Amino acid sequence: MGKIVLNRVNKSFGDVAVIPGIDLEIENGEFVVFVGPSGCGKSTLLRLIAGLEDTSSGRIEIDGKDATTLPPAKRGLAMVFQSYALYPHMSVKKNIGFPLKMAGMDAAEAEKRIANAARILNLTNYLDRRPGQLSGGQRQRVAIGRAIVREPAAFLFDEPLSNLDAALRVSMRQEITELHQTLKTTMIYVTHDQVEAMTMADKIVVLNAGNIEQVGSPLELYHRPANLFVAGFIGSPKMNLIDGAEAMKHNATTIGIRPEHLDVRADGPWQGIVGLAEHLGSDTFLKVTVEGLGTLTVRATGEVSLRHGDRIGLSPQLERLHRFGADGKALA
Amino acid sequence: MARAVTPRRMILTTIAAWGVALVIAFPVIWMILTSFKTEASAVASPPELIGASWTVENYVEVWSRSDYPRFFWNSVVISVGSTLLGLAIAIPAAWSMAFVPGKKTKDLLMWMLSTKMMPAVGVLIPMYLLFQRLGLFDTKIGLVLALMLMNLPIIVWMLYTYFKEIPGEILEAARMDGAALWNEIVYVLTPMALPGIASTLLLNIILAWNEAFWTITLTTTKAAPLSAFIASFSAPQGLFYAKLSAASTMAIAPILILGWFSQKQLVRGLTFGAVK
Repeated sequence: MGKIVLNRVNKSFGDVAVIPGIDLEIENGEFVVFVGPSGCGKSTLLRLIAGLEDTSSGRIEIDGKDATTLPPAKRGLAMVFQSYALYPHMSVKKNIGFPLKMAGMDAAEAEKRIANAARILNLTNYLDRRPGQLSGGQRQRVAIGRAIVREPAAFLFDEPLSNLDAALRVSMRQEITELHQTLKTTMIYVTHDQVEAMTMADKIVVLNAGNIEQVGSPLELYHRPANLFVAGFIGSPKMNLIDGAEAMKHNATTIGIRPEHLDVRADGPWQGIVGLAEHLGSDTFLKVTVEGLGTLTVRATGEVSLRHGDRIGLSPQLERLHRFGADGKALA
Repeated sequence: MARAVTPRRMILTTIAAWGVALVIAFPVIWMILTSFKTEASAVASPPELIGASWTVENYVEVWSRSDYPRFFWNSVVISVGSTLLGLAIAIPAAWSMAFVPGKKTKDLLMWMLSTKMMPAVGVLIPMYLLFQRLGLFDTKIGLVLALMLMNLPIIVWMLYTYFKEIPGEILEAARMDGAALWNEIVYVLTPMALPGIASTLLLNIILAWNEAFWTITLTTTKAAPLSAFIASFSAPQGLFYAKLSAASTMAIAPILILGWFSQKQLVRGLTFGAVK
């Protein structure tokens, strides 16, 4: 079990409300990602759930029981930290077994669980090593191992991949996703990387300045962003946002169109000049300066033989156009 | 750019370093040499070195005239005891200051250190009277308490500095893993801070061993450590330099040997945190 309910959870440091008041329900077995720019309060929210920070007001329920004032160890949650936070003086085996030792589990059962975790995470050959003798990816796996042996109600991940290099990040991302499919345990994952959020989550919670901007599945957020913040944050490259006369034509204050929803066509209504062309092989990203609209990013599939200074026409896929009102909220 | 080290510069620096080391060590070396001279040779003017008459008689006499093992044992009990007691108090104190600091923690640390600036003579009379009234005068437990209190600010400061180096996330991980406060300190914090705790231990044993003001003032015979043992050789009949030197050498020998073997640890401890 691992259902977590936040009810008006508030956290203030002095006069500053980092989390003004959050309501959120996380269902058992869900993979939930908290995403947002740095300083948006996502890590603080995770730490409140973990019990490493005290709430200023509000209520946290875990599996139907009030856990607001419970110490971290009593909440039945396990956490994986950004810095791995391994015990440097203990072997991998002792690191993984530490929570079991603290729980007073008998040696035989502990041994079995450690061996099982090591097998799942490919750590069997490294059990006698110290964390200092492991690579970054292996250390992260030890940290995950230490979390899974406890068979917690939910896993909390605090930006666990940000210290890894790009290639390793991609493979660890898959490993964590597969782990979730195997264990089927609730996971809450904090990241500032929207690609991680999109690829891993069942449900994404977009946070900004301590408030939830939108909750939904990755594709819901992509197709139907609730407001300008989510529209600009989810999707890579970013959605093009256009104000002024062009937006007025669509009865909106701001309109948004994703780079992949702009077609390059000589007779397109938006005529512009290519500023920069980034050739990635599979895609080409074009920065096109359109008079009256500013610089738009265009994602063209495949290799496109456009260069700096070329004049092109752009045609937006109108059914994919997002419209926003003066308050920044999406218009129906 | 790295500074080039020419052979000439190297030789000059080495000579200078040896020169400074010799100046610093000279009194101790001279004391050890004097302890092997006869009394006449020890006070000869100009000082004798090559032509001096050498003997081990001083050691034999110092040993037979006094109860060296008792003084030695008192020194061990007082220095080790005060340090261990100090550590037992300072580890939790430094833990709270390093990991759950309050608004006034820095002020508290500064205040603790400032007590070290106070001249000890200022509290001589109150301490003396207090010790007499409480029945602590000339007892080992009294000296253990006095020296522990005297060195506590240094112990807390040193441990605080080491603890600050330990990432808070590791302690949080221990908390998530179900470690109660005590287990967190025993299984995670202490092993990680062990090098720091070891150098604090060594340094404070040395400080307590060398302490003379309070150990001489607050003892007469029963609890007197080696500092009092040395003092007892400056007799009213006159100074016997050779015997005094022999007694002093015997008093500092144990700590000198300890210091020699642990110098790496001590230097590391004193510069800990200076360089990441």
